Amino acid sequence: MLKIENLSVEVEGKEILKGINLDIEKGKIYALMGPNGTGKSTLAYTIIGHPKYKVTNGRILFEDRDITSLSTTERARLGIFLAFQYPVTIPGVTVASFLKTILSIKRGENISLVKFHKLLKDKMNLLEIGEDFARRYLNEGFSGGEKKKGEILQMAVLEPRLAILDEIDSGLDIDALKVVAKGIERVFNPDMSIVIITHYQRVLNYIKPDSIYVMMDGRIVTSGGSELASTLEEKGYEWLEEEMLGAR
Amino acid sequence: MLDKLINNTYRYGFRDPENYVFKSKKGLSKEVVEEISWIKMEPEWMRRFRLEAYEIFISKPMPSWGPDLSGLDFDDIYYYIKPIERKGSSWEEVPDYIRNTFEKLGIPEAERKYLAGVSAQYESETIYNNLKKRWESQGVIFVDTDTAVREYPELIREYIGTVVPPGDNKFSALNSAVWSGGSFIYVPKGVHLDIPLQAYFRINAQNAGQFERTLIIADEGSYLHYIEGCTAPIYSSSSLHSAVVEIIVKKGARVRYSTVQNWSNNVYNLVTKRAFIYEDSIMEWIDGNLGSKVTMKYPSVYMYGKGAKAEILSIAFAGKGQHQDVGGKVLHLAPHTTSNIISKSISKDGGRNSYRGLVYVGDKADGSRCSVRCDTLILDKYSRSDTYPSIRVRNRDIFLSHEASVSKLEEEQLFYLKSRGLDDSDSNAMLIRGFIEPVSREFPMEYAVELNRLIEIQLEGSIG
Repeated sequence: MLKIENLSVEVEGKEILKGINLDIEKGKIYALMGPNGTGKSTLAYTIIGHPKYKVTNGRILFEDRDITSLSTTERARLGIFLAFQYPVTIPGVTVASFLKTILSIKRGENISLVKFHKLLKDKMNLLEIGEDFARRYLNEGFSGGEKKKGEILQMAVLEPRLAILDEIDSGLDIDALKVVAKGIERVFNPDMSIVIITHYQRVLNYIKPDSIYVMMDGRIVTSGGSELASTLEEKGYEWLEEEMLGAR
Repeated sequence: MLDKLINNTYRYGFRDPENYVFKSKKGLSKEVVEEISWIKMEPEWMRRFRLEAYEIFISKPMPSWGPDLSGLDFDDIYYYIKPIERKGSSWEEVPDYIRNTFEKLGIPEAERKYLAGVSAQYESETIYNNLKKRWESQGVIFVDTDTAVREYPELIREYIGTVVPPGDNKFSALNSAVWSGGSFIYVPKGVHLDIPLQAYFRINAQNAGQFERTLIIADEGSYLHYIEGCTAPIYSSSSLHSAVVEIIVKKGARVRYSTVQNWSNNVYNLVTKRAFIYEDSIMEWIDGNLGSKVTMKYPSVYMYGKGAKAEILSIAFAGKGQHQDVGGKVLHLAPHTTSNIISKSISKDGGRNSYRGLVYVGDKADGSRCSVRCDTLILDKYSRSDTYPSIRVRNRDIFLSHEASVSKLEEEQLFYLKSRGLDDSDSNAMLIRGFIEPVSREFPMEYAVELNRLIEIQLEGSIG
């Protein structure tokens, strides 16, 4: 699905990613973990093509196609989706009209209002979102939990090939976290891949990843199965830092 | 290339061969004014009204403030054109070539859907007028103003020029001298019109001035929504549109007046719109200004009765070579009156928007509230926006707020939209649509859709 080869990235002249290698397979769920400020979000933004993030070395392959120089719009249309850590407010545009627009773009035709409302209702039921939500302006006045649910709702409607969920668990209380996690599991299907970016392993109590990658200081330092999450929970990231120092 | 650009940017830029029964000669004189009155077979009082207004017009200088009007040549304009001899009372009776024009504008469909009365003005004369029977039985009058002079002379004579006197400004004087067409509406006491009344305006002959005159009287406790949509085909030399709209909203009545104005970019659109409103009444001006070369329009509400409410909501788009000088005036002249002004403007490709507003709170207006909000979006460094708010308060017991913002499209918003598959122009259009939404949602659905589409066309048209 996604292959990242020796990727280095700088932001405003500062090197953040230092030679990342990553292989994301179809039908699997991954967790990308690591302390704050190690480049997890940078990697997410780079995959979707944020103009501020400059690739200085390496490349990104999506379904065997080099997408390193494609625009954000093109990447999105190929089926890459990023759930933002801080979704942006779009005043005056309702959730419903936004979703209808992005779905019409994806399908390449204007979806009929009747069909769309049926689809939207199904997806909102799936994610336990009330009807009012669709009539509100996108992310305007949303609580932390509503913003995250909004991102997952967009993912549910778009059905991307690859979804990267950046800190989807941050700022959520335990009930909201359960709902969001359940939503992610319901949207997931064997034709897609999900990468969950998180600082804590809390969310992984509700979604079991197939593999876990750990990032530190712009590099992937270790990987493993879901048991790695519990080790990290127990020992913290310091344990890894010590191991790394020892290895040197 | 230029032709292509024009066709792309102005989708209503088609035109009929000029097929007119009568056209006055170019330019304005006492004789032309008399001729207009003579052709219309008007009573003596209307002839005098016109001639007095003409004297005021020639005695008044051009406004010394506001947009550049130097391209306007009063001698190069036809002041009266009568397109057909008789009016159609049903769609089938309207001549084909005029019907074609309206069909391109989508009027018949709109009518089938929800319109009850259509008064479509083609050139200077209303040619099509259709009012649902149930309203006639309720005593509602909806006719073109020329017909009203013949059929309801007492009403016209009593009210015309009382809200906007000919001497108010140079262009109200001009309109009073040469007016033609427009709508006259009377809604009797307690009658609620639940479906909007609608009129389309369209300039067609080269250099045709259009001087419609609208007078609306909403009697006590009545309700009316009037919709005015304006489009005009492209011509190379300048045209003038100078309308006067007078509205009287009596005790407990409510009038909403919605306009989508999309004159082609050679039209000077100089309009005086004013409402006098009384106790516990409501006046709402909803105004979308997209086209024209220069627009000067400041819908006004004079609140004469306690508890009266005024809303003035406007959207203005100024592209290349355009200056939208628009705003609103509210005059609080009685206790516990409320007003709300929201102005949204977008400037692009060197276009210029000016917000010009007046808030007056008189000494009798105890406990009144007024809120003004001006938001402006500037899409490039060549464009410009100014605000000229004027606030005069003669009372301490009031609440007044004025907010203004200037913004551009935010990079992070654009990126978010692109990450969902929108391209550059989709993203721009969506943010702009959202920006004007607090006002555009007040338009009927079809108009809001058309407004958004027109803005998208404007956005695309100027690339390159």
